[in-house]
Amino acid sequence: MTTAEPAAIALEDATVAFRLADSRVYTAVEKANLTVANGEFVAIVGPTGCGKSTLLNVAAGLLKPAAGHVRIFGEHLSGLNRDAGYLFQADALFPWKTAIDNVAIGLDISGAPRENARARAQAFLTSVGLGAFGNRYPHMLSGGQRKRVGLAQVLIRDPKILLMDEPFGPLDAQTRQIMGNLLLELWSADRKAVLFVTHDLEEAIALADRVVIMSAGPSARIIGDWKVPLKRPRDISEVRMEKEFHELHREIWSVLKDEVMKGYAQTSQIAEAV
Amino acid sequence: MSRLALLACQIGVAIVGLALWQVFATVEIFGKVLLPPFFFSTPLDVAAQVVKWFSTGTIWKHLIITLWESILAFVIGSTLGVLVGFWFARQPLIAAIFDPYVKMVNALPRVVLAPIFALWLGLGIWSKVALGVTLVFFIVFFNVYQGVKEVSTTVLDNGRMLGMNDRQLMRHVYWPSALSWMFSSLHTSVGFAVVGAVVGEYLGAAAGLGYLIQQAEGIFDVAGVFAGMFVLSVFVLIIDYGVTLVERRLLVWRPVASEGRG
Repeated sequence: MTTAEPAAIALEDATVAFRLADSRVYTAVEKANLTVANGEFVAIVGPTGCGKSTLLNVAAGLLKPAAGHVRIFGEHLSGLNRDAGYLFQADALFPWKTAIDNVAIGLDISGAPRENARARAQAFLTSVGLGAFGNRYPHMLSGGQRKRVGLAQVLIRDPKILLMDEPFGPLDAQTRQIMGNLLLELWSADRKAVLFVTHDLEEAIALADRVVIMSAGPSARIIGDWKVPLKRPRDISEVRMEKEFHELHREIWSVLKDEVMKGYAQTSQIAEAV
Repeated sequence: MSRLALLACQIGVAIVGLALWQVFATVEIFGKVLLPPFFFSTPLDVAAQVVKWFSTGTIWKHLIITLWESILAFVIGSTLGVLVGFWFARQPLIAAIFDPYVKMVNALPRVVLAPIFALWLGLGIWSKVALGVTLVFFIVFFNVYQGVKEVSTTVLDNGRMLGMNDRQLMRHVYWPSALSWMFSSLHTSVGFAVVGAVVGEYLGAAAGLGYLIQQAEGIFDVAGVFAGMFVLSVFVLIIDYGVTLVERRLLVWRPVASEGRG
Protein backbone atom coordinates (compact mmCIF):
# COMPACT_ATOMS: atom_id res chain seq x y z
CA MET A 1 0.00 0.00 0.00
CA THR A 2 1.47 3.36 -0.97
CA THR A 3 1.25 6.37 1.29
CA ALA A 4 -0.29 8.37 -1.54
CA GLU A 5 -3.51 6.37 -1.40
CA PRO A 6 -6.04 8.20 0.79
CA ALA A 7 -7.20 6.38 3.91
CA ALA A 8 -10.61 4.71 3.77
CA ILE A 9 -11.58 6.49 6.96
CA ALA A 10 -9.79 9.46 8.45
CA LEU A 11 -11.06 11.23 11.53
CA GLU A 12 -9.22 14.50 12.06
CA ASP A 13 -9.58 16.10 15.49
CA ALA A 14 -13.17 14.87 15.56
CA THR A 15 -15.06 16.09 18.62
CA VAL A 16 -18.56 14.88 19.35
CA ALA A 17 -20.78 16.73 21.78
CA PHE A 18 -24.40 16.34 22.79
CA ARG A 19 -26.65 18.96 24.26
CA LEU A 20 -28.21 17.62 27.43
CA ALA A 21 -31.76 18.28 28.55
CA ASP A 22 -30.60 20.99 31.01
CA SER A 23 -28.78 22.73 28.11
CA ARG A 24 -25.33 21.74 29.36
CA VAL A 25 -23.05 20.26 26.75
CA TYR A 26 -21.71 16.74 27.17
CA THR A 27 -18.54 16.06 25.23
CA ALA A 28 -18.49 12.38 24.39
CA VAL A 29 -15.36 12.21 22.30
CA GLU A 30 -12.63 14.84 22.19
CA LYS A 31 -10.26 15.43 19.29
CA ALA A 32 -10.10 11.91 18.02
CA ASN A 33 -7.57 11.21 15.30
CA LEU A 34 -7.90 7.88 13.61
CA THR A 35 -7.16 6.50 10.18
CA VAL A 36 -8.16 3.21 8.68
CA ALA A 37 -6.27 2.37 5.51
CA ASN A 38 -7.99 0.66 2.62
CA GLY A 39 -8.08 -3.08 3.33
CA GLU A 40 -7.14 -2.63 6.97
CA PHE A 41 -8.99 -4.20 9.89
CA VAL A 42 -8.96 -1.84 12.88
CA ALA A 43 -10.56 -2.62 16.23
CA ILE A 44 -11.49 0.04 18.78
CA VAL A 45 -11.48 -1.12 22.39
CA GLY A 46 -12.46 0.92 25.40
CA PRO A 47 -14.35 0.82 28.66
CA THR A 48 -18.14 0.86 28.56
CA GLY A 49 -19.64 4.24 27.80
CA CYS A 50 -16.44 5.69 26.37
CA GLY A 51 -17.97 6.72 23.08
CA LYS A 52 -16.74 3.92 20.83
CA SER A 53 -20.13 3.62 19.15
CA THR A 54 -20.28 7.40 18.87
CA LEU A 55 -17.08 7.36 16.85
CA LEU A 56 -18.54 4.68 14.60
CA ASN A 57 -21.70 6.72 14.05
CA VAL A 58 -19.52 9.66 13.06
CA ALA A 59 -17.70 7.52 10.50
CA ALA A 60 -21.11 6.34 9.23
CA GLY A 61 -22.36 9.90 8.88
CA LEU A 62 -25.25 9.21 11.26
CA LEU A 63 -23.73 11.77 13.65
CA LYS A 64 -22.06 15.04 12.74
CA PRO A 65 -18.95 15.91 14.70
CA ALA A 66 -19.16 19.22 16.59
CA ALA A 67 -15.65 20.00 15.43
CA GLY A 68 -13.06 18.40 13.20
CA HIS A 69 -13.36 16.53 9.93
CA VAL A 70 -14.25 13.12 8.63
CA ARG A 71 -12.72 12.08 5.34
CA ILE A 72 -13.76 8.99 3.44
CA PHE A 73 -11.23 8.05 0.77
CA GLY A 74 -9.98 11.60 0.99
CA GLU A 75 -13.40 13.18 0.46
CA HIS A 76 -14.94 15.32 3.17
CA LEU A 77 -17.99 13.47 4.53
CA SER A 78 -21.25 15.36 4.67
CA GLY A 79 -24.45 13.41 5.13
CA LEU A 80 -24.48 9.65 5.20
CA ASN A 81 -21.44 7.61 4.33
CA ARG A 82 -22.54 5.86 1.13
CA ASP A 83 -19.41 3.72 0.97
CA ALA A 84 -20.05 2.10 4.33
CA GLY A 85 -22.03 -0.89 5.47
CA TYR A 86 -23.02 -0.84 9.13
CA LEU A 87 -23.59 -3.88 11.29
CA PHE A 88 -25.43 -2.72 14.39
CA GLN A 89 -25.15 -3.97 17.93
CA ALA A 90 -28.90 -4.27 18.44
CA ASP A 91 -31.21 -6.25 16.17
CA ALA A 92 -31.57 -4.20 13.04
CA LEU A 93 -33.24 -6.68 10.67
CA PHE A 94 -36.67 -5.77 9.35
CA PRO A 95 -38.91 -8.07 11.40
CA TRP A 96 -41.65 -8.11 8.75
CA LYS A 97 -39.36 -9.42 6.02
CA THR A 98 -38.11 -12.97 5.64
CA ALA A 99 -34.37 -13.63 5.89
CA ILE A 100 -33.95 -13.64 2.12
CA ASP A 101 -35.95 -10.44 1.67
CA ASN A 102 -33.90 -8.84 4.43
CA VAL A 103 -30.72 -9.68 2.55
CA ALA A 104 -32.14 -8.69 -0.84
CA ILE A 105 -33.46 -5.30 0.33
CA GLY A 106 -30.17 -3.49 -0.28
CA LEU A 107 -30.35 -4.51 -3.95
CA ASP A 108 -34.13 -4.04 -4.23
CA ILE A 109 -33.99 -0.40 -3.25
CA SER A 110 -31.20 0.34 -5.67
CA GLY A 111 -33.50 -0.83 -8.44
CA ALA A 112 -32.01 -4.26 -9.19
CA PRO A 113 -34.40 -6.69 -10.93
CA ARG A 114 -36.23 -8.75 -8.34
CA GLU A 115 -35.19 -12.20 -9.59
CA ASN A 116 -31.59 -11.14 -9.79
CA ALA A 117 -31.67 -9.69 -6.28
CA ARG A 118 -33.24 -12.87 -4.88
CA ALA A 119 -30.66 -15.08 -6.53
CA ARG A 120 -27.77 -13.04 -5.15
CA ALA A 121 -29.40 -12.88 -1.74
CA GLN A 122 -29.66 -16.68 -1.78
CA ALA A 123 -25.96 -16.90 -2.60
CA PHE A 124 -25.08 -14.57 0.28
CA LEU A 125 -27.31 -16.45 2.69
CA THR A 126 -25.52 -19.65 1.68
CA SER A 127 -22.15 -17.99 2.23
CA VAL A 128 -23.09 -17.22 5.84
CA GLY A 129 -24.36 -20.76 6.28
CA LEU A 130 -28.09 -20.04 6.19
CA GLY A 131 -28.94 -21.21 2.68
CA ALA A 132 -31.91 -23.25 3.91
CA PHE A 133 -33.33 -20.51 6.16
CA GLY A 134 -34.35 -17.97 3.53
CA ASN A 135 -38.08 -18.07 4.23
CA ARG A 136 -37.78 -17.73 7.99
CA TYR A 137 -38.72 -14.50 9.70
CA PRO A 138 -36.15 -12.93 12.06
CA HIS A 139 -38.02 -13.99 15.19
CA MET A 140 -37.75 -17.62 14.10
CA LEU A 141 -33.93 -17.40 14.01
CA SER A 142 -31.47 -17.59 16.89
CA GLY A 143 -29.36 -14.58 17.90
CA GLY A 144 -26.34 -15.92 16.01
CA GLN A 145 -28.40 -16.64 12.90
CA ARG A 146 -29.83 -13.13 12.96
CA LYS A 147 -26.28 -11.73 13.07
CA ARG A 148 -25.42 -13.88 10.05
CA VAL A 149 -28.41 -12.51 8.15
CA GLY A 150 -27.32 -9.00 9.20
CA LEU A 151 -23.82 -9.66 7.88
CA ALA A 152 -25.20 -10.89 4.56
CA GLN A 153 -27.56 -7.90 4.41
CA VAL A 154 -24.61 -5.52 4.73
CA LEU A 155 -22.16 -7.42 2.52
CA ILE A 156 -24.52 -7.89 -0.45
CA ARG A 157 -24.20 -4.18 -1.23
CA ASP A 158 -20.44 -4.68 -1.45
CA PRO A 159 -19.53 -1.63 0.65
CA LYS A 160 -15.92 -0.49 0.55
CA ILE A 161 -15.99 0.07 4.31
CA LEU A 162 -17.46 -2.13 7.00
CA LEU A 163 -18.47 -0.55 10.31
CA MET A 164 -19.24 -2.99 13.11
CA ASP A 165 -20.59 -2.03 16.51
CA GLU A 166 -20.00 -4.88 18.95
CA PRO A 167 -21.81 -7.07 16.47
CA PHE A 168 -21.21 -10.28 18.40
CA GLY A 169 -21.74 -8.73 21.83
CA PRO A 170 -24.98 -10.48 22.75
CA LEU A 171 -23.87 -13.92 21.55
CA ASP A 172 -22.51 -16.76 23.66
CA ALA A 173 -18.76 -17.48 23.66
CA GLN A 174 -18.79 -20.37 21.16
CA THR A 175 -21.05 -18.55 18.71
CA ARG A 176 -18.80 -15.50 18.93
CA GLN A 177 -15.77 -17.54 17.90
CA ILE A 178 -17.66 -19.10 15.01
CA MET A 179 -18.91 -15.68 13.90
CA GLY A 180 -15.41 -14.23 14.24
CA ASN A 181 -13.97 -16.91 11.98
CA LEU A 182 -16.82 -16.45 9.49
CA LEU A 183 -16.16 -12.71 9.45
CA LEU A 184 -12.43 -13.21 8.81
CA GLU A 185 -13.16 -15.73 6.08
CA LEU A 186 -15.57 -13.39 4.28
CA TRP A 187 -13.31 -10.41 4.82
CA SER A 188 -10.20 -12.13 3.45
CA ALA A 189 -11.96 -12.60 0.10
CA ASP A 190 -11.84 -8.91 -0.78
CA ARG A 191 -10.30 -7.10 2.21
CA LYS A 192 -12.58 -4.20 2.87
CA ALA A 193 -11.57 -1.53 5.35
CA VAL A 194 -13.10 -2.53 8.69
CA LEU A 195 -13.71 -0.47 11.80
CA PHE A 196 -14.74 -2.89 14.51
CA VAL A 197 -15.88 -1.71 17.93
CA THR A 198 -15.74 -4.09 20.86
CA HIS A 199 -15.22 -4.10 24.61
CA ASP A 200 -13.48 -7.47 24.39
CA LEU A 201 -9.70 -7.01 24.05
CA GLU A 202 -9.11 -10.66 23.13
CA GLU A 203 -11.62 -10.49 20.32
CA ALA A 204 -10.01 -7.28 19.08
CA ILE A 205 -6.48 -8.75 18.96
CA ALA A 206 -7.66 -11.99 17.38
CA LEU A 207 -9.49 -10.23 14.56
CA ALA A 208 -7.69 -6.98 13.80
CA ASP A 209 -4.53 -5.65 12.14
CA ARG A 210 -4.47 -2.74 14.55
CA VAL A 211 -5.99 -2.24 17.99
CA VAL A 212 -6.91 1.28 19.12
CA ILE A 213 -7.62 2.02 22.78
CA MET A 214 -9.93 4.76 23.97
CA SER A 215 -9.91 6.39 27.38
CA ALA A 216 -12.89 6.42 29.70
CA GLY A 217 -15.52 9.08 28.92
CA PRO A 218 -16.60 11.84 29.07
CA SER A 219 -14.27 13.60 26.65
CA ALA A 220 -12.86 10.25 25.64
CA ARG A 221 -9.66 10.31 23.64
CA ILE A 222 -7.68 7.79 21.71
CA ILE A 223 -4.80 6.86 23.97
CA GLY A 224 -3.07 3.98 22.27
CA ASP A 225 -2.54 2.29 18.94
CA TRP A 226 -0.95 -1.14 18.52
CA LYS A 227 -0.13 -3.18 15.45
CA VAL A 228 -1.08 -6.83 15.78
CA PRO A 229 1.91 -8.94 14.63
CA LEU A 230 -0.09 -12.15 14.15
CA LYS A 231 -0.03 -13.84 10.74
CA ARG A 232 -3.08 -14.37 8.55
CA PRO A 233 -5.11 -16.40 7.85
CA ARG A 234 -5.95 -16.81 11.51
CA ASP A 235 -8.19 -19.10 13.45
CA ILE A 236 -9.74 -17.18 16.31
CA SER A 237 -9.53 -19.96 18.84
CA GLU A 238 -5.99 -21.09 17.90
CA VAL A 239 -4.48 -17.63 17.65
CA ARG A 240 -5.19 -17.14 21.34
CA MET A 241 -2.60 -19.77 22.20
CA GLU A 242 0.27 -17.94 20.54
CA LYS A 243 3.04 -16.19 22.46
CA GLU A 244 2.74 -12.90 20.58
CA PHE A 245 -0.95 -12.82 21.39
CA HIS A 246 -0.23 -13.01 25.12
CA GLU A 247 2.54 -10.43 25.03
CA LEU A 248 0.41 -7.94 23.14
CA HIS A 249 -2.56 -8.66 25.36
CA ARG A 250 -0.49 -8.00 28.50
CA GLU A 251 0.93 -4.78 27.03
CA ILE A 252 -2.43 -3.36 25.96
CA TRP A 253 -4.22 -4.52 29.09
CA SER A 254 -1.77 -2.61 31.32
CA VAL A 255 -3.01 0.59 29.65
CA LEU A 256 -6.62 -0.41 29.28
CA LYS A 257 -6.97 -1.58 32.89
CA ASP A 258 -6.58 1.93 34.34
CA GLU A 259 -9.19 3.28 31.94
CA VAL A 260 -11.62 0.52 32.78
CA MET A 261 -11.18 1.36 36.48
CA LYS A 262 -11.71 5.05 35.75
CA GLY A 263 -14.76 4.17 33.74
CA TYR A 264 -16.22 2.21 36.63
CA ALA A 265 -15.42 4.99 39.10
CA GLN A 266 -17.16 7.57 36.92
CA THR A 267 -20.18 5.41 36.37
CA SER A 268 -20.59 4.88 40.10
CA GLN A 269 -20.07 8.61 40.75
CA ILE A 270 -22.83 9.42 38.31
CA ALA A 271 -25.01 6.83 39.98
CA GLU A 272 -24.36 8.48 43.35
CA ALA A 273 -25.03 11.97 42.00
CA VAL A 274 -28.35 10.80 40.61
CA MET B 1 -57.46 -31.14 28.74
CA SER B 2 -58.00 -32.49 25.27
CA ARG B 3 -59.83 -30.36 22.72
CA LEU B 4 -62.78 -32.71 22.66
CA ALA B 5 -63.18 -32.67 26.43
CA LEU B 6 -62.90 -28.89 26.42
CA LEU B 7 -65.58 -28.60 23.78
CA ALA B 8 -67.80 -30.99 25.74
CA CYS B 9 -67.41 -28.82 28.86
CA GLN B 10 -68.17 -25.65 26.89
CA ILE B 11 -71.34 -27.17 25.47
CA GLY B 12 -72.17 -28.51 28.95
CA VAL B 13 -72.15 -24.97 30.36
CA ALA B 14 -74.61 -23.85 27.68
CA ILE B 15 -76.92 -26.81 28.29
CA VAL B 16 -76.95 -26.35 32.07
CA GLY B 17 -77.52 -22.61 31.74
CA LEU B 18 -80.37 -22.99 29.27
CA ALA B 19 -81.94 -25.82 31.26
CA LEU B 20 -81.95 -23.74 34.45
CA TRP B 21 -83.47 -20.82 32.57
CA GLN B 22 -86.19 -23.07 31.09
CA VAL B 23 -86.97 -24.62 34.49
CA PHE B 24 -87.08 -21.35 36.43
CA ALA B 25 -89.26 -19.78 33.78
CA THR B 26 -91.85 -22.56 33.56
CA VAL B 27 -91.89 -24.56 36.81
CA GLU B 28 -93.35 -23.08 39.96
CA ILE B 29 -90.97 -23.24 42.90
CA PHE B 30 -92.62 -22.68 46.30
CA GLY B 31 -95.71 -21.48 44.47
CA LYS B 32 -93.87 -18.88 42.42
CA VAL B 33 -92.20 -18.73 39.01
CA LEU B 34 -88.78 -17.20 39.62
CA LEU B 35 -88.35 -15.90 36.05
CA PRO B 36 -91.76 -14.82 34.78
CA PRO B 37 -91.82 -15.56 31.03
CA PHE B 38 -93.28 -12.13 30.33
CA PHE B 39 -90.01 -10.53 31.43
CA PHE B 40 -87.54 -13.34 30.80
CA SER B 41 -89.12 -15.42 28.05
CA THR B 42 -87.91 -19.05 27.78
CA PRO B 43 -85.09 -20.62 25.79
CA LEU B 44 -87.62 -22.60 23.73
CA ASP B 45 -89.56 -19.47 22.76
CA VAL B 46 -86.33 -17.70 21.85
CA ALA B 47 -85.21 -20.67 19.77
CA ALA B 48 -88.60 -20.79 18.06
CA GLN B 49 -88.26 -17.10 17.19
CA VAL B 50 -84.76 -17.59 15.75
CA VAL B 51 -85.92 -20.56 13.70
CA LYS B 52 -88.89 -18.59 12.42
CA TRP B 53 -86.67 -15.68 11.35
CA PHE B 54 -84.42 -17.96 9.39
CA SER B 55 -87.16 -20.21 7.98
CA THR B 56 -89.18 -17.26 6.69
CA GLY B 57 -85.98 -15.51 5.63
CA THR B 58 -86.89 -12.14 7.20
CA ILE B 59 -83.62 -12.06 9.14
CA TRP B 60 -81.36 -11.95 6.08
CA LYS B 61 -82.31 -8.44 5.08
CA HIS B 62 -81.44 -7.16 8.58
CA LEU B 63 -78.23 -9.15 8.81
CA ILE B 64 -77.02 -7.91 5.45
CA ILE B 65 -77.78 -4.29 6.35
CA THR B 66 -75.88 -4.57 9.64
CA LEU B 67 -72.99 -6.36 7.96
CA TRP B 68 -72.81 -3.74 5.24
CA GLU B 69 -72.85 -0.88 7.77
CA SER B 70 -70.11 -2.58 9.80
CA ILE B 71 -67.92 -3.11 6.76
CA LEU B 72 -68.31 0.49 5.60
CA ALA B 73 -67.64 1.82 9.10
CA PHE B 74 -64.56 -0.36 9.41
CA VAL B 75 -63.12 0.50 5.99
CA ILE B 76 -63.74 4.25 6.23
CA GLY B 77 -62.68 4.48 9.89
CA SER B 78 -59.48 2.49 9.30
CA THR B 79 -58.51 4.43 6.20
CA LEU B 80 -58.97 7.75 7.98
CA GLY B 81 -57.18 6.40 11.07
CA VAL B 82 -54.18 5.24 9.06
CA LEU B 83 -53.91 8.48 7.10
CA VAL B 84 -54.29 10.83 10.06
CA GLY B 85 -52.14 8.61 12.31
CA PHE B 86 -49.35 8.70 9.75
CA TRP B 87 -49.70 12.42 9.21
CA PHE B 88 -49.63 13.26 12.93
CA ALA B 89 -46.70 10.96 13.65
CA ARG B 90 -44.63 12.51 10.87
CA GLN B 91 -45.62 16.11 11.75
CA PRO B 92 -45.16 16.54 15.51
CA LEU B 93 -46.28 20.18 15.33
CA ILE B 94 -49.66 19.24 13.83
CA ALA B 95 -50.01 16.51 16.45
CA ALA B 96 -49.24 18.98 19.25
CA ILE B 97 -51.78 21.52 17.96
CA PHE B 98 -54.59 18.99 17.60
CA ASP B 99 -53.74 17.00 20.73
CA PRO B 100 -56.34 18.57 23.09
CA TYR B 101 -59.10 18.24 20.49
CA VAL B 102 -58.27 14.63 19.73
CA LYS B 103 -58.40 13.87 23.45
CA MET B 104 -61.65 15.78 23.82
CA VAL B 105 -63.47 13.98 21.02
CA ASN B 106 -62.12 10.64 22.13
CA ALA B 107 -63.33 11.26 25.69
CA LEU B 108 -66.87 11.87 24.42
CA PRO B 109 -69.20 8.85 24.73
CA ARG B 110 -69.94 8.24 21.06
CA VAL B 111 -73.61 7.33 21.69
CA VAL B 112 -74.46 10.99 22.18
CA LEU B 113 -73.39 11.64 18.60
CA ALA B 114 -76.02 9.25 17.25
CA PRO B 115 -78.91 11.78 17.28
CA ILE B 116 -76.71 14.35 15.53
CA PHE B 117 -75.75 11.88 12.83
CA ALA B 118 -79.41 10.87 12.45
CA LEU B 119 -80.26 14.54 11.94
CA TRP B 120 -77.47 15.16 9.49
CA LEU B 121 -77.48 11.92 7.55
CA GLY B 122 -81.05 10.69 7.95
CA LEU B 123 -82.29 7.31 9.15
CA GLY B 124 -80.59 5.29 6.41
CA ILE B 125 -77.34 3.39 6.73
CA TRP B 126 -75.02 6.41 6.64
CA SER B 127 -75.86 7.70 10.10
CA LYS B 128 -74.92 4.25 11.47
CA VAL B 129 -71.77 4.14 9.39
CA ALA B 130 -70.78 7.55 10.75
CA LEU B 131 -71.24 6.37 14.32
CA GLY B 132 -69.11 3.28 13.62
CA VAL B 133 -66.45 5.42 11.95
CA THR B 134 -66.04 7.62 15.04
CA LEU B 135 -65.43 4.47 17.08
CA VAL B 136 -63.11 2.68 14.66
CA PHE B 137 -61.16 5.80 13.70
CA PHE B 138 -59.73 6.46 17.16
CA ILE B 139 -58.59 2.91 17.76
CA VAL B 140 -56.81 2.68 14.43
CA PHE B 141 -55.52 6.25 14.68
CA PHE B 142 -53.90 5.74 18.10
CA ASN B 143 -52.36 2.44 17.05
CA VAL B 144 -50.91 3.73 13.79
CA TYR B 145 -49.64 6.87 15.51
CA GLN B 146 -47.91 4.72 18.10
CA GLY B 147 -46.63 2.34 15.43
CA VAL B 148 -44.97 5.08 13.41
CA LYS B 149 -43.56 6.84 16.49
CA GLU B 150 -42.08 3.67 17.96
CA VAL B 151 -40.23 2.38 14.96
CA SER B 152 -36.92 1.16 16.36
CA THR B 153 -34.20 3.75 15.71
CA THR B 154 -31.76 0.95 14.95
CA VAL B 155 -34.02 -0.44 12.22
CA LEU B 156 -34.43 3.09 10.84
CA ASP B 157 -30.68 3.74 10.88
CA ASN B 158 -30.15 0.38 9.25
CA GLY B 159 -32.57 1.31 6.48
CA ARG B 160 -30.78 4.58 5.90
CA MET B 161 -27.34 2.94 5.90
CA LEU B 162 -28.62 0.41 3.37
CA GLY B 163 -29.35 3.35 1.10
CA MET B 164 -33.08 3.93 1.52
CA ASN B 165 -34.42 7.36 0.67
CA ASP B 166 -37.39 8.90 2.51
CA ARG B 167 -39.94 7.29 0.24
CA GLN B 168 -38.35 3.87 0.63
CA LEU B 169 -38.12 4.27 4.40
CA MET B 170 -41.84 4.99 4.31
CA ARG B 171 -42.60 1.89 2.32
CA HIS B 172 -40.21 -0.59 3.93
CA VAL B 173 -40.05 0.63 7.52
CA TYR B 174 -42.78 3.05 8.65
CA TRP B 175 -45.63 1.49 6.70
CA PRO B 176 -45.18 -2.16 7.78
CA SER B 177 -44.62 -1.05 11.36
CA ALA B 178 -47.77 1.06 11.41
CA LEU B 179 -49.80 -1.69 9.72
CA SER B 180 -48.65 -4.26 12.24
CA TRP B 181 -50.00 -2.07 15.02
CA MET B 182 -53.23 -1.56 13.13
CA PHE B 183 -53.70 -5.28 12.59
CA SER B 184 -52.96 -5.99 16.21
CA SER B 185 -56.05 -3.94 17.09
CA LEU B 186 -58.13 -5.55 14.34
CA HIS B 187 -60.37 -7.50 16.72
CA THR B 188 -61.18 -4.40 18.73
CA SER B 189 -61.81 -2.15 15.75
CA VAL B 190 -63.97 -4.68 13.89
CA GLY B 191 -65.93 -5.23 17.09
CA PHE B 192 -66.47 -1.49 17.44
CA ALA B 193 -67.63 -1.21 13.84
CA VAL B 194 -70.42 -3.68 14.67
CA VAL B 195 -71.21 -1.86 17.93
CA GLY B 196 -71.53 1.43 16.04
CA ALA B 197 -73.87 -0.10 13.48
CA VAL B 198 -76.12 -1.84 16.01
CA VAL B 199 -76.33 1.06 18.46
CA GLY B 200 -77.12 3.39 15.59
CA GLU B 201 -79.88 1.09 14.39
CA TYR B 202 -81.23 0.78 17.88
CA LEU B 203 -81.56 4.54 18.21
CA GLY B 204 -83.38 5.04 14.93
CA ALA B 205 -83.51 3.00 11.76
CA ALA B 206 -85.73 1.09 9.38
CA ALA B 207 -83.71 -2.12 9.19
CA GLY B 208 -80.83 -4.02 10.82
CA LEU B 209 -80.30 -6.18 13.87
CA GLY B 210 -80.43 -3.21 16.23
CA TYR B 211 -83.73 -2.17 14.69
CA LEU B 212 -85.07 -5.72 15.13
CA ILE B 213 -84.18 -5.72 18.82
CA GLN B 214 -85.62 -2.25 19.32
CA GLN B 215 -88.90 -3.22 17.58
CA ALA B 216 -89.28 -6.35 19.71
CA GLU B 217 -88.64 -4.31 22.84
CA GLY B 218 -91.28 -1.78 21.80
CA ILE B 219 -94.02 -4.44 21.89
CA PHE B 220 -92.69 -6.21 25.01
CA ASP B 221 -91.65 -9.19 22.92
CA VAL B 222 -88.86 -10.38 25.22
CA ALA B 223 -88.32 -13.54 23.17
CA GLY B 224 -87.66 -11.31 20.17
CA VAL B 225 -85.12 -9.23 22.11
CA PHE B 226 -83.21 -12.32 23.22
CA ALA B 227 -83.42 -13.87 19.76
CA GLY B 228 -81.96 -10.67 18.31
CA MET B 229 -79.17 -10.73 20.86
CA PHE B 230 -78.43 -14.35 20.08
CA VAL B 231 -78.24 -13.77 16.33
CA LEU B 232 -76.06 -10.71 16.98
CA SER B 233 -73.56 -12.63 19.11
CA VAL B 234 -73.27 -15.46 16.57
CA PHE B 235 -72.81 -12.81 13.87
CA VAL B 236 -69.96 -11.18 15.86
CA LEU B 237 -68.35 -14.56 16.57
CA ILE B 238 -68.28 -15.42 12.86
CA ILE B 239 -66.79 -12.02 11.96
CA ASP B 240 -64.21 -12.39 14.74
CA TYR B 241 -63.22 -15.79 13.40
CA GLY B 242 -62.77 -14.25 9.96
CA VAL B 243 -60.52 -11.57 11.47
CA THR B 244 -58.42 -14.27 13.14
CA LEU B 245 -57.91 -15.96 9.77
CA VAL B 246 -56.88 -12.68 8.13
CA GLU B 247 -54.55 -11.89 11.02
CA ARG B 248 -52.84 -15.28 10.81
CA ARG B 249 -52.02 -14.64 7.19
CA LEU B 250 -50.85 -11.06 7.61
CA LEU B 251 -48.86 -11.27 10.81
CA VAL B 252 -46.85 -14.44 10.28
CA TRP B 253 -43.68 -12.50 10.84
CA ARG B 254 -44.54 -11.56 14.38
CA PRO B 255 -43.48 -13.63 17.38
CA VAL B 256 -46.42 -15.05 19.29
CA ALA B 257 -45.27 -13.52 22.58
CA SER B 258 -45.88 -9.95 21.44
CA GLU B 259 -49.46 -10.55 20.39
CA GLY B 260 -52.30 -8.71 22.04
CA ARG B 261 -51.12 -5.16 21.67
CA GLY B 262 -53.87 -2.58 21.58
